[in-house]
Parts: sequence; C-alpha cells; structure tokens
Amino acid sequence: MARAATITVERGRGRRAPVPLQAAALGVTALVLLPIVYLVARALEADASSWRLIMRWRTVSLTLHTIGLAVAVTLAATAIGVTLAWLAVRSDMPGRRVWATLFALPLVIPSYVGAFTLLSALGPTGELQRLLEPLGVERLPDITGFPGAFLALTLFTYPYVYLVTVAGIRGLDPAFEEAGRVAGRSRAHVFRTVTLPLLRPSIGAGALLVALYTLHDFGAVSLMRYPTFTQAIFLQYKAAFDRTPAAILSLMLAALALVVVVAERRARGRARYYRSGTGVARPLRPVPLGRWRWPALVLSAAVIGVGLVLPAGMLLMLLARGLAAGTPLNLTIWAAGASALVSGAGAIFALVAATPIAVLGARYPSRRSRSVESLSYMGYALPGLVVALAFVFLASSYLPLLYQSLPLLVIAYVVMFLPQTAEPLRAGLLQLTPRMEEAARTLGRGRGRILKDIVFPLIAKPALAGAALVFLTAMKELPATLLLRPTGFETLSTRVWTSASAGLYSRAAVPALLLMLLSSVPLAVLARRVGVNPEGVRQD
Amino acid sequence: MRGTRNQWGVAVLLAVVLASCSSEAAEPQGSSEGPGSITIYSGRDEEFVKTLFDDFTAATGIETEVRYGDSAELAATILEEGDNSPADVFFSQDAGSLGAVADGGLLAPIDEEILDRVEDRFQSDDGTWVGTSGRGRVAVYNTELVDEAELPGSIFDLTDPSWKGRIGLPPTNSSFQAHVAAMIVAYGEDETRGWLEGLMANDPRFYEDNGATTRAVASGEVEVGLVNHYYKYEVEAEDGSLPIENHYFDRGDAGSFINAAGVGVLASAANADGAAAFADYLTGDPGQTFVSEDSWEYPVVAGYDASVDVPPLADFAGPNVDLSQLGAALPQALDLLAQVGMV
Repeated sequence: MARAATITVERGRGRRAPVPLQAAALGVTALVLLPIVYLVARALEADASSWRLIMRWRTVSLTLHTIGLAVAVTLAATAIGVTLAWLAVRSDMPGRRVWATLFALPLVIPSYVGAFTLLSALGPTGELQRLLEPLGVERLPDITGFPGAFLALTLFTYPYVYLVTVAGIRGLDPAFEEAGRVAGRSRAHVFRTVTLPLLRPSIGAGALLVALYTLHDFGAVSLMRYPTFTQAIFLQYKAAFDRTPAAILSLMLAALALVVVVAERRARGRARYYRSGTGVARPLRPVPLGRWRWPALVLSAAVIGVGLVLPAGMLLMLLARGLAAGTPLNLTIWAAGASALVSGAGAIFALVAATPIAVLGARYPSRRSRSVESLSYMGYALPGLVVALAFVFLASSYLPLLYQSLPLLVIAYVVMFLPQTAEPLRAGLLQLTPRMEEAARTLGRGRGRILKDIVFPLIAKPALAGAALVFLTAMKELPATLLLRPTGFETLSTRVWTSASAGLYSRAAVPALLLMLLSSVPLAVLARRVGVNPEGVRQD
Repeated sequence: MRGTRNQWGVAVLLAVVLASCSSEAAEPQGSSEGPGSITIYSGRDEEFVKTLFDDFTAATGIETEVRYGDSAELAATILEEGDNSPADVFFSQDAGSLGAVADGGLLAPIDEEILDRVEDRFQSDDGTWVGTSGRGRVAVYNTELVDEAELPGSIFDLTDPSWKGRIGLPPTNSSFQAHVAAMIVAYGEDETRGWLEGLMANDPRFYEDNGATTRAVASGEVEVGLVNHYYKYEVEAEDGSLPIENHYFDRGDAGSFINAAGVGVLASAANADGAAAFADYLTGDPGQTFVSEDSWEYPVVAGYDASVDVPPLADFAGPNVDLSQLGAALPQALDLLAQVGMV
C-alpha cells in the first residue's frame, strides 16, 4: 500500500486521540483478535490424544503441500500477471484495449466455481473427453490433486498481480526508462534493471494477495482433493468427534499466513522508489512487439480461453442441461437475496468498524496508533475457515444467542475484511488535510456543516470503494458462510458448494452464474475508481 | 490511569456490540423455536427428505428449520453445543451418530408407543433413538467396466492388488464411517485397520458422499463404489440409461452391513412436543408409507414392504452387529480413518 503517510499531518502529530475514539479503535481490534485468542486457549487445553493426531508425518506433509502450492501458484500467477500487464499497457499488441479488460475478468470467478467448471470440462470423463471420444480417447488423465488445484488457483488469482502491475506501470515516470535508453542500454536491459525494480513494490503487493488467497483457499483445494491445511482442517471438523486438532491445525495455518504477510512487509520496507519531483505526466510510448506479436497473442488467448471462456461456456452449458432436466430456480433467487443481504450488512458494518481505525491512523499518527492499526488488520491474514471455526467454537460454548445467527456471520466478515474499507478510508482522510476544516471553521462554519460540505463529499468515494470491495469479497466468501450461517440460510456461495461438492455440477451452475453476475456490480464500481485513481487498486 | 480508562472503554464497547447483536439474534432464533416450529439437524440429504419435511409440515402445521450436514459432523456439533444446541431433533443417516449423541447424555427417551411399533433391531436398547428406515451396504459397479463374476464375495478381498485404482468411496460420509465402526465391533480394531490399509494401498478415489461416488461409478471415473444400496436407484431416477448395478456381498460378510437411519429428540429441545411429533410422523403410517412407496429403503415397521426392486433384507444381511453399540465405536472409527489417512 502506497503509504501516503509521508504527507504528515503536522497538526495531528503528538496530539492525543480523544478517548472515545481510542476506545472504539481498541474495541474493534479486540474483536479482530478474539478468534485467534480463543484458538490459542483451545489449543492449550488439548490433551495427549489430540497432540498425537497432530504430531505425525501427515502434518509435515500437509505443511509441505500447502507451502508448495502457495509458492507454485504465486510464481505462476506473478509471471502471468506481469507479462499480461506489460502486454496490455506497454506493447503494441493488436486489440490491447479489449485484452486489457478481458485480462481482469477472471477475478469475478470464485476459485471453487472455477474448480468445478475445470473438473466438469477436463475431468477423466468430462466434456473434453466426450469431444475426443470419436478419436478413441476413453479417458483423460486425472486433474485432481496438485495439477487441478494449481491450475484453478493460478487462473483465478493472476488478475490481482495483473491489476496492481497495470496500476504500477501507469504510475511510472517515463523519464527513468528514457534515461536508461539514452545511456545506450538495450530495451531488455532497461526493463530488467530499471522498470522491473521500480515495479517491485506493486508486484510484491500483488504476489502477497495471491499467496494469501492460496493459503486461505478452501473450495478449490477441497474440490480438487489436494491435501492442504484448509482441506485437512475441514475434514477434521467434519469427521472427528474431537475438534481440538482442527483448532491446532488452524493455528498452524494462521501462523503460516502471518509469516507471509510479515515477510512481504519486510521486503517492501527496505525498497523505496521515489520520483524526486512531480515528474513527467505523459503516457509511455508502446513498445513494438515485432515477431513476438504471435506468441503474445497465443499466450493471451490461452489464458483467457481457459480462465474465462471455458468456465463461462461450461456454466452456460451446464445451465442449459440443468434447465432441461427441470432444476428449480426459485431457491436460487432466495439465495441471491440472502447473499446480497448478508454481504451488504458486512460492507456497512465493516465501514462502521473501519472508521475509528482509519481516523486514528490518519489524524493521530503515532507508534501506538500504528500498532492498533496493524493488529486490527490481522483478521485479513487469517483464513476464513480459521475465523469461522473459532467463532463456531466460541459462540456454541459462550455466546449461545449469537450462535448460528446472522449477526455472528456479519461479525466474521468484519473481522476478515476490515482493511478493505479501512485502507481506502484512511487514504481518503489523508488527502483531506485538517487545514481545510480549519479554514472552514474560521469562515464560521459549524461542525455539522463542515462534515456535510467538506468531509463527507471527499471521503464518500473511498468509503464507497471500500464497501464495494467488502461486498464483493463477502459474496464470494465460502468457508465462513458455510460454517456460521443460521440454520436454513442459504447464500449463492453455499448453494454452489453444496451442489458442486456432491458432484451435481449442473445444479451448481445457476447459483454460480448469478453469483458472478451480482459480483460484477461492485466490480464495476471498483473499476471506475481504479480509472480515477490507479493507486486505489492496491487495496484489494 | 489512562490504561484503565481504555480498558473500560473496550469493555463497554464490546458489551454494547454483543448486546445489540444478541437482541437481533434472539428474534429469528426465537421464532424458529416457537411452538409451531422445530429445528432439525439432518444428516440425510436434502434431495431425499425435503418432500418428507414438507409433508410433515402440511400434516401437522409444524414448520421445520433444517440444518443439513453429514451425520457424524452434526453429532460432533451437537456434542460441542451441549445444552446450548439449537436443535430439537437429530435426523441421522446412521445409528452410530445417534448413539454417539445418546452416549453424551443429550437425547431424551422416545415415547414407548413409538418404540413399540418399530422392529427391535432398528432401535436403541435404552430407547434414546429409533430407526426410521433400514439400508444395506453394497458395492455399486459399472457394468461396462466390471464383470459381475469378477467381484469378490467378501469386502475384505477388495484389498487385492487387482483393484488398484478402481475403487471409489466417501470417507467423510457417515454411512461409510458407521460401516467401519460396525467392522470394529464385529472384527476388532486390528483387522479393520488392516482392511483400511489394504484399501489405501489400492489408491482409492474419495468422494463427498454416496451420491457423488455412485455418479463417479456411472461415469466410469471409478469402477466400483462402496455405498448404500439405494443410491443406484436414486441415480438411475436422474438418468435411466446409466451402466450401474449393485453387487451384494455374501450373506454374513462384513460388506453387507445393515444400518438404520433414525431420529433422536434432544433433551434440551425447546419444542419437545414438536420433536416428538416428528419422530411419531416418521415411524407412523405417513413416514413408513413414504419409505415403502417413495424410496428404495427398507421400512422399519412390520406390515410395510420395501420396493419390489430391492432384494429382501434377509437375503444379504451381514454380520450380526447390535446398532446400539455403534455409537461407542464411531469415535474409534473416525480416529482410525484419520490414522490410515482417509480423512
């Protein structure tokens, strides 16, 4: 995240934050830390038999599988994302404007939807095999396990790297590259020694998102039956009377995710790239691809073909098949309403909870407010399954009234997605220097008028963008929704999951399509914001 | 001083947040547990029991709130929830999960009148749960890929290396888990472990449930699947042209285990009368007629016949396992499945 905090708010420094604000910020932070604290407590009371289940070779193998998948997906998604970003923004590839939009679109496909479309298309006796049957192909190699999980996660996460890299390239000052060229270096050399290092913070942020997504992912790895932590935790939860091992495994996964976040922060902390002045605000000249034009087009077509056309085509085909078989649609409409309701509530409450954190961070910068901020962001690093399990345990034992209730699900969303609203909000507040308010006050405006005329209009956009992002993420969220939802409460994501995990792909198609359709609304809001401020995309 | 003030602030805020949430939560929960509604934890698939629940509501006026899941998962959930459980009744796919909840002391006794109508073998000795339908374990196989003569008479022989890569099973499904529990009761833990390890050596493919396993057999993804006997008919009802057939293991073999789906009323039920009415409905004429006419399972009340499509229970009944003992063996079975690496 481009820390605009370098624009120090002089008046704020050293000033103490009002106690109610501090209390609110600490309260939100306490809520975020609650699940992890509970899991630690639960793990501490584990008995010998629970530990016996943990202390065995399988746990080591789970760790290796999880790390291996995360590393492979992150590398592949980064390579694809950076290449496509460069092609879309810097090259003269034919139709690059259209490609630029297409490359971002796989983002609307949740990994579990992508995974089941890949399974139904490329499975041993899937659609592709049916097409090839006349050629004597009786079955295709099995894609479950590592290949399937790797393919699904790479295809549906590379847009994170793509989007941040596009924003990074657009923000580059052409003068740097030009200086390199003038000094007589080749284009490739300049790219390697000037452009790439300049983009490193953006690429790193994108890679972090991919790594976290992979560690968090539950749907794709479960459908692909690839044994990672999330899959093992869910099995342990489903198929064991002693649920303490699930809590211990959850803690191990949480630790792994935190290590990734800290490592990325460290790496970024050392790297600083400035323009000394405002720089040159003119577009970069496209680089002619020459004979590389065809390979570039083939790569683009392949990624879009497997990452977008295939899933969408499969879904439409399954939909047609499902409709022909008389799959009822009415339940899906209810589920769509439920999804919108609970994601909307998540977005609103995340915004409310983010406000004290953002105000504290923007207006009262201090070491203490920075640590409050960091701690409140911790839920974002935690896998949804881990947060959900902690809340299930906690509520079933100590908060029976909240147990299996919508408010608890909304609280889980807030814990998990808080930074998605807090970051844009803080950035918005930083742009709004206290001087503006002071000027207004000297002109005799009251507090209410100042808020209404100056503060709200200026932070409305970032607030809306943050809320849209939470809405989008909550719509697609699977494990927490699955575990925490009230009895009989079905969202689109749980509908997709129930059918897809039972292998009833044609029944999963309708809710999956509706889910993608509904998530494109907040995505459009976000896209517009990205157009206005390329920096904004970093927050997703 | 400052520190204390902050702590108070946090405490007050948390209290306010939780209180406001609880009051919101109380409403939907309260309404679902009012006199006219029961909360069912159903280990049985929605596609099989949805109409039954709807019929129950139509007949009694009692609304149902249903939480679906695997039976063992729901049993573990109820045990974790204890007296706080929102469930009024537990409708399980297998007797073991019911037994585990009963062993936790969380089930109330079933009415004598209900117990009297159901065959003894399909209810618990202590009257804490009662069966609603019987089901047998079979190997469903793909008729285009497997010759019936090739299939063994004993389930123990599926560990033969000739079955490598050809078997599918649902290790997280409680019907399979209860089958393993029954084998532990009948043959002991060591022999069961040996069988599971032999299966694992044959690289079985794992599926979410019986339905997914059966469909995988139908599509040829695997050749043989370990499932309940009625899935063949259910999947055929979706598409009649599929090449699947049931293989019944020898009479008395561990492979032909007979289990019961059943129902237990939670001791903590907010609507105990509604829950009792549900148990009465399932074991009464409407419930047993449904089993007899609209399913391929076995009725548990004398006088009702199973579908003509399925062989009589007596023809393939497996080892003599008292279903009341399954509950105690189920945790052991789950532990064993984890140890051999199936879950």
